[in-house]
Amino acid sequence: MKINELRDTLALQPLSEGDTDREVSGGYTGDLLSFVMGRCPADSAWITIMNNVNVLAVASLADAACVILAEDSVPDDAVLSRARTEGINLYTSPMTAYELCGRLYALLS
Amino acid sequence: MSEPVRFHFDVAGENFVSAGEASATVKKLLRQLGVDPAVIRRVSIAMYEGEINMVIHANGGTADILVYTDRIVIVLEDHGPGIPNVGLAMQEGYSTAAENVRALGFGAGMGLPNMKRYTDSMDIETAVGRGTKITMEISL
Repeated sequence: MKINELRDTLALQPLSEGDTDREVSGGYTGDLLSFVMGRCPADSAWITIMNNVNVLAVASLADAACVILAEDSVPDDAVLSRARTEGINLYTSPMTAYELCGRLYALLS
Repeated sequence: MSEPVRFHFDVAGENFVSAGEASATVKKLLRQLGVDPAVIRRVSIAMYEGEINMVIHANGGTADILVYTDRIVIVLEDHGPGIPNVGLAMQEGYSTAAENVRALGFGAGMGLPNMKRYTDSMDIETAVGRGTKITMEISL
């Protein structure tokens, strides 16, 4: 499934977008950055409530397809600006990480 | 053996906003060199973890990346406090990071294990009070 299809299906609110034609092949959830760095497979949708600038570095270096911030988590303007500069697909949603994972799993299975 | 392509970076200590910039730059440079994306991902992860360790624990340091035709070598060197017990530090979940660092999402005790996991070899030279030098290799 492409990121833009995922965004529309789950009604994710875009905070920053780059290549939205990119395929999402799986998902991962977690807030401990090194866990995500070590375990999040490439091309995953990463679901987290963490919203600091280091999330962008981890998403980019670990090759996550997109970041979905749960529970209406929104980063500050400096983080948003950097996400847009780097073309990172960053979304927010009122759903909990649990709900987002469930919906994503159902969509990708 | 031909001369490697070299990249050198100074990593600032205690700066969590600029942390990861060297790794991000290396990722771009390796992409320009046409390195396999799966290898770039491994280099990026291993280097980022090392960079973060230097930011958290060692008040910064240096990172040197050497790209040979058959391998990529990452050398991270700092003049921080050293690692008193490498065996312990290599255990997943063991961390000495401060609470303010953990609040940012770091300090999960996965840094060194991730560096080992994503490289083909990793060598740690460390002396308490003097610093740490980590050399990692990834075969191409």
